[in-house]
This record gives sequence, C-alpha cells and structure tokens, in this order.
Amino acid sequence: MSVLAIPRLHFPSTLVLGATLLALIVTAAIVGIWVTPYDPTVFAVRFRLQAPSLLHPFGTDEFGRDVLSRILAGAHLSLATGFGAMAISLVVGVPLGLIAAFHRGAVQEVIMRAVDLLIALPPVLLGLLVLAVTPPGLFKTIAAVGLVYVPILVRLTRAVALGLLEEDFVQAARARGEGALPILWHEILPNAWPPIIVECGLRVTFAILLGSALSFLGLGPQPPASEWGLMIAEGRDFLTQAPWVCLAPGLSLCVLLVSVNLVGEGLRERLDPHLRGRAHA
Amino acid sequence: MPIAVFLLQRLAGLVGVLLGMSLLIFGIIHILPGNVAYAILGEFATPAAVAQLEVKLGLKDPLPLQYWHWLDAMLHGNFGQSIVMNRPAAALIGEALGRSALLAGFAFALVAMGGIALGLYAATHRGQASDKVLTLAQFVLIAVPEFFWAIVGVLFFASWLNLLPATGYAPMSEGIGSWAAHLVLPVMVLSFGLVAHVSRLTRSSMIEVLDSRYVLAARARGFAEQRVLWRHALPNALLPAITVLAIDAGLLIGGIVVVETVFAYPGLGRLLVFAIERHDLPLLQVGMMVVTAIYAVANFIAEVLYAVLNPRIRVGGAAA
Repeated sequence: MSVLAIPRLHFPSTLVLGATLLALIVTAAIVGIWVTPYDPTVFAVRFRLQAPSLLHPFGTDEFGRDVLSRILAGAHLSLATGFGAMAISLVVGVPLGLIAAFHRGAVQEVIMRAVDLLIALPPVLLGLLVLAVTPPGLFKTIAAVGLVYVPILVRLTRAVALGLLEEDFVQAARARGEGALPILWHEILPNAWPPIIVECGLRVTFAILLGSALSFLGLGPQPPASEWGLMIAEGRDFLTQAPWVCLAPGLSLCVLLVSVNLVGEGLRERLDPHLRGRAHA
Repeated sequence: MPIAVFLLQRLAGLVGVLLGMSLLIFGIIHILPGNVAYAILGEFATPAAVAQLEVKLGLKDPLPLQYWHWLDAMLHGNFGQSIVMNRPAAALIGEALGRSALLAGFAFALVAMGGIALGLYAATHRGQASDKVLTLAQFVLIAVPEFFWAIVGVLFFASWLNLLPATGYAPMSEGIGSWAAHLVLPVMVLSFGLVAHVSRLTRSSMIEVLDSRYVLAARARGFAEQRVLWRHALPNALLPAITVLAIDAGLLIGGIVVVETVFAYPGLGRLLVFAIERHDLPLLQVGMMVVTAIYAVANFIAEVLYAVLNPRIRVGGAAA
C-alpha cells in the first residue's frame, strides 16, 4: 500500500536507493578487510579518546585506535551475520518446508512440531541459549541467528508449497508419473521463490539487528574484532567523555540497517503479487 | 467448534510446548561441552575434586534421569540453587522478575496505546504530509537497534541535560520520584522500535478495512464518519494488531535482555546474561525456562483473545 506516488518503474525507488547504499557499504566492507587509514588493532595510547579531527574523522577509542578504521575493518562482520544467517535458514528451512508439504503424515508431524517449539522461544533467547554454553565467535553467532529464522522459513515454504501442490500443473506432473524430487525441483520451487525471497529480504534487517545485539552482549566476535555492536559495548564506559566511540559505529549500523530495510521493502514491492495488483510471471 | 474444546486444545498445545522447551533447554545446556563442576571450581581444580562435586550435583547420573529430577523438582516448586551466588534460584528470579515486569508492563502499555493511536492517525490521514512523515519515521525507527537508542538517550538526557539517571534502579522505598526517573529511559528505549512496528501494521490493516465494502456500505447509508470509524472499521482493524502485539511480546523479551544490560537494570534479562557470563548453568536453565514460559503464556492469551474476537478462527483453522 504505497502512499507515495511511485511511478511504475520496473524497479521501485526504495529498491534502487537501498541497493545503491548497500553496494557502497559492501564495497567499503570488502576494501576495509585489507585497507584502512590506520591499523585497526594496534594501540596508540598517547592518542587515546581524541575527538574527531581531520586526522581521525571519527576520533579514537580508549586505546588510541582510529574509530573509522575499526568501523571499516568490522563492516564485513555485520554483513556476514545478516546474510550468512539468512543463507543458513534458507538452506535448512526451505528443504524442510518442501518435505513437510510433500510428505503429509509422520514426517510432516515431526518437522512441524519442532518448528512450533523453536518458534515458541523468543529470538534473543534462542541465540543466548546456543551461545551460553560454547565459547562465542562469529560463526556461532551466525549459526545461532540462522537457527532463529529456520522455523519461520519452514512454515512459509510449506504454506506456499501446499498451495502450489493443488495447482493444475503440479497435478499434471503427477499424472505424468514424475517423482517427488523432480516435482519439487521443477514445478514447486521455481514458483515458490518470490514470497521466500521477499521474506528473506525483510528478515535480513532483523538478522543483522539480532547479531549485533548478541555481539553487544559479548556473545559474538571477540576483541580485538571490531564488530559494531561490540564496539558500542566497549565504548559505553567512555560515553560522556568520548561519545564518538559509540555513536560512530551506532550510526554506521543504522545506515546499514536502513539500507537493508529499503532493499527488503523494494523487493516486496517488486515481487509481492498482492501489492499493486501487478501481474508477475 | 465450541469455545471450550478450542480452549482445551490450545491448553494442551501450551503444555506440549512447555515440555518440549524444557527438553530443549536441558538438552542444549547438557549436551554441549562446558562442565558445571569446572565452572564452579575453576579451571585449576584437581580431577578428584571435580569428580566429587559431580557426584554431589548428580552430574554422573544418566541424562534422562537428571532431566527427570530437574523437571520433577520444578513441578514441586524447587527451582534449584544458583551456584555462583549460592542462593535459591527461585528467590533471585522472583526479585528480578518483578522488576522486569514493571519495565515490560509500562513498555507494553506504551507500545499498545502509542502504536495503535499513531497507526490510526496515519490511516485516517492517508497521503497527507503527517502520514508521510510518520511512515518515514517508522521506517527508520524499526531499523535502529535498542542499544543505540539507549546510548543516545543516556547521552542526551543524562549527560547533557542531567535530567535523568543514566543507569540503575531505585526501589520505591527511596521515593517515588527517583523510582520513576530510573524507569523513564529504559521504558522509552524498549518501546521505540515496537511502537513503529505496531503503528505500521495498524495503519495498513486500518487502510485495508477502510477500503472494504462494508465501510463503503456504512458510509453509503449516511452514518457519521466518526461512527463509521469507531464502530465499523476500528474493531476489525484491531484484530491483526493483537497478533502483532503477541509477536512483539517476544521482541520485548529480547529487547529487555539488551536494555537491562545497557542500563544495568537488575531484572531477569540482566540475570540471564549474568548467568551466562559466570557459567551459572542451574540458574541459567531455570531462568530460561521462566522466560520461555512467560512468552508461551503470552502467545496463548493472544490466540485465545483472537479467537474470542474473531469467531472464524474457532471453526477449523485452529490446528495450523
């Protein structure tokens, strides 16, 4: 239900704007892995907690490390959490959803009860539970966040697939005597992906949010990594003296989240057949 | 389907989820590596001391037996002992829960009222400048993490304006002013994103209702616009909001963990993070169980409320 008079372009303006911003962030993140103005981990205690200046555009932190360099060096961590978690939940959730749709009976029952259970855990708690008992690290955070979104994707995929299974073209394939796998692969999946992509696009924002919240709690990448949530947590002790140590990664995170959110909304406008009644193959 | 059958069915589902949850929490904590005895004694403990403590804590029993003992004790009101603080977990959780409930209660009220009011305002002013500003604001608010609001709030209201305390909690006995002042920032921070979420969905469901035929019919019959809005449109537009509020109860619980940590607010979320940091596994598993039970009950209430308000659900669609 768009109120802004968006011209009927092929790509919605939200998608274009979001994708442009996101491309810039991704580029900065990739470059930032190797090249930063200063070394993001080397201490320079003489220059600790310096206010933003021409030399240090975002100031320095309590160990004299350049905040801008740390933000650049840590950008890929938030991106990896968001998109990695989404990839995990796609790879696990979509096949399970398809199986649950195709095999009614015991298999479906087991999958759907497990889903009910996982969905009944508040998201942060599921992450906390996984990270509580094992030493935290980037890949565990990604896995924990991914696990949170698996049940949602299972439910969605199953619902979409159940609808498609009733369609004539699937019945025709069955009548031709095709097996389960070819039907799922050639008939169901190609038609099921738009709503799945839309859901993922909207969920990436929450996955990044959740990942950074877990890092903020100390359950993500460990120091000296410069994950943005972790940077905010570390800078909290100096908030009054040196607000830039928190504000710079915080604002970066906001820009990233808004651009991902824009892409998600744009994908929805582009692919969701319920919106604007646009006929789409 | 009569409402009693529906209620029983949902209640059975609730019990099933709680049982499954206890199994899941117990399983994750006990199967993943990380030894409670080592956690208590420290990493330089002698193997003999560790073995002795393990026997004392029942850690040598087979896992199903341990699970049964834990479940049985909980059902008899024995929530075990915090190994770090050496106090009954029930007392610790009880105190923390009360303070968290305070925070969550205020935040939830603010989210429900603020979110629905803003959503309705935007829907009835569709396309006007105020609606566009609200839409834009919601878009940004949804994407901003709580801990960012928290540091901005502390900077602005505590450091610069010196109006509110930055962190902590003051009991009512120290004066109601101080008590309230300590709650303002956490409640605000907790509510921001959720207000945006609720108002956005209220807006779209209200717009859908306003475009429906029965609202058109009501207008065609010449009812006053106020009456159409309040009597015809609003009740139906609020149905989806209830579901959203139930989902938000889950987000609220997640938010509480973060917000309590930022503001050093001694609630249940802070207690859980403490239990994780100090490897207090008995406290952790009971705390997790309490939080998930609260969430499951919140979902149960939302489902029942939804069914009571929308009879279509009771017929057939219950066993999704």
